[in-house]
Amino acid sequence: MNIHEYQGKALLKAHGVPVLEGVHCTTVDQALAAYDQLGSKVVAVKSQIHAGGRGKGNLYAPDTGDLVMEGGVKIAFAKDEVETYATNILGNVLVTIQTGADGKLVRNLYVEAGCDIAHEYYLAILVDRENKSVLIMASTEGGMDIEHVAETTPEKIHKISVDPNAGLLGYQKRDLGLALGLSGGAHKAFAKALSSMYEMFVSSDCSMLEINPLVRTADDGIVALDAKVSFDENAEFRHKNWDDLRDLSEEEEVEIRAKETGLSYVKLDGNIGCLVNGAGLAMATMDVIKLYGGEPANFLDVGGGANEEQVKTAFSIILEDPNVKGILVNIFGGIMRCDIIARGVIAATEALSLDVPLVVRLAGTNVDEGKAILAASTLNIHPADDLAEGAQKIVELIGGAA
Amino acid sequence: MAIWIEEDAKVLVQGITGKQGMFHADKMVEYGTNIVGGCTPGKGGQTVDLQGQAYPVWNSMFEAIKATDADATVIYVPPPFAGEAIMEAADAFDTIKGEGVVVCITEGIPTLDMVKAVAFVENRPGVRLIGPNCPGIITPGEKGGAKIGIMPGHIHAKGRIGIVSKSGTLTYEAVAQTMSIDEGQSTCVGIGGDPVNGTGFIECLAAFEADPQTEAIVMIGEIGGNAEQEAAAWAAENVTKPIVGFVAGATAPPGKRMGHAGAIISGGKGTAEEKFAAFEAAGIACAKDPSELGAVLLQSLKAAGLR
Repeated sequence: MNIHEYQGKALLKAHGVPVLEGVHCTTVDQALAAYDQLGSKVVAVKSQIHAGGRGKGNLYAPDTGDLVMEGGVKIAFAKDEVETYATNILGNVLVTIQTGADGKLVRNLYVEAGCDIAHEYYLAILVDRENKSVLIMASTEGGMDIEHVAETTPEKIHKISVDPNAGLLGYQKRDLGLALGLSGGAHKAFAKALSSMYEMFVSSDCSMLEINPLVRTADDGIVALDAKVSFDENAEFRHKNWDDLRDLSEEEEVEIRAKETGLSYVKLDGNIGCLVNGAGLAMATMDVIKLYGGEPANFLDVGGGANEEQVKTAFSIILEDPNVKGILVNIFGGIMRCDIIARGVIAATEALSLDVPLVVRLAGTNVDEGKAILAASTLNIHPADDLAEGAQKIVELIGGAA
Repeated sequence: MAIWIEEDAKVLVQGITGKQGMFHADKMVEYGTNIVGGCTPGKGGQTVDLQGQAYPVWNSMFEAIKATDADATVIYVPPPFAGEAIMEAADAFDTIKGEGVVVCITEGIPTLDMVKAVAFVENRPGVRLIGPNCPGIITPGEKGGAKIGIMPGHIHAKGRIGIVSKSGTLTYEAVAQTMSIDEGQSTCVGIGGDPVNGTGFIECLAAFEADPQTEAIVMIGEIGGNAEQEAAAWAAENVTKPIVGFVAGATAPPGKRMGHAGAIISGGKGTAEEKFAAFEAAGIACAKDPSELGAVLLQSLKAAGLR
């Protein structure tokens, strides 16, 4: 789960990490009032969306598609500039390298005081899968694309791995500060900020905390100038405040609805809907559809113990996508019995008066009963014995390879 | 022989009085697994009925292992408590026996809980953690065998193919593929789809290589991380037995979590393409379609003079 920069900064501030004064706005009037309130001659006017690359992105009018402004993050030197930028940002669509061509409608704005920057650094805390530990990464090359830095000048990225039982130790903070070339007051301020960030990472169950840039100010302070915060959704049960931080307009509505009924759904661009049990098999089903010339319309895992109702919900979610021209059901019954799935499929196709071709592949527990139930129905259901046959059949039924 | 779990291994069930725990404990007994009891804090002294027989429940893993001399435990505890259940089991096995296998089925454990739990287990070298978010481990026997997890037992048969996989149902698919060419399995291990887990591919490959019963290996990976690439590079140097591989997620879009918490391509890394390439570079015979695993395996067995 991702949150906006302004929310991430509020969280950082609450944990004692220095950030600049800023105001979250949803209207131009609020942005103008924020400018007066901040009393800073120079302010940053920043689009708030759940995607990176905002500064280099472009804003387009949602109705006409015309370019409104280049750059989703602007520096304003006067109040009238704040008005121009806020007007150009709010209600328009920001397209960045991370949003895809459709971009994202900007509903939120952050107006932030300026500061005197001496140097920009990069800092990130994340879970390192390979070392099974929390990793802190820092670089002197802040404000840049870190993947580019990692490729071209890997020696400029410094890493420390935190022992989960010992926590972040003093020498690690000192060493990392020295590696960044910090000294004196800035070195101390860095160690303090890093402690607070690590504490926030752990206590808030973050999966990623990225500050790019983290800046050294002219007076040797350390300030988080940006904040990209993601939470580990598995830990939601112990963070009641996440409900307030969640911006549903930034998430795919249908994916949320699927999740609420215990389904895992991701929409894709193809035209063959898939309904599968198990994440790995669901991915493999998409892959095999593609292998035989089709294009999957979605990833959908109904989980290990789906009932008739969930199967029905799964079908209706798949069919909401107007691109879907056929559906492939692929179930390897373990705990889930094939006869139950077969009944669910029949109930769903009847209830939804399904009018696209349907191929059903069943294997595993009670497979013979399941197949018999499908065969006895008068509905137009095409059986398949294995995944390859199922994929080939559905591709053929929708009129051949894409 | 098999790996880590013998056919007659004595197994405890953590969370045995819960709905999931009881349902699967019953299925395990039905398969022939030597279940010796279970553990639910606060319910010690009660019994649980599995397949018409009463099994004892203990309050703690220390009590349970002392009383039963169990070899392994399987965890069906809900996510908020599962990290601690792993550590309790590891501590008890290490203290009492100096060894033991902990299988965690639970899906949805917070990642930082797993970071802590994995470090805790790694400090106890005799203890092996399998999972979490996995189907478990099964060693099929002549009759019955040891099924420790949620996989459908009846699709398996004792044999010489070792299977290791990140995914549940895709493992069943691989099992069915071995059966389609009349091959059984030595041991099947689901290592789980979470970003931070216990036993990895390399440990499984090493154990299969050392196991006399195992003559060939099927390895199933998925997008996310680089465990498959590291395992392939390791296998090229250390594994002499034929390996057949598949990686799920070639069509997965970047940046999207595909069901499993760990199945995500981030920063352009961890793609299926990368992993297939690593497999091929290591001489692993790849199937591009899981329905072809059987045919590819048969070819590899023939090439190795095993058929």
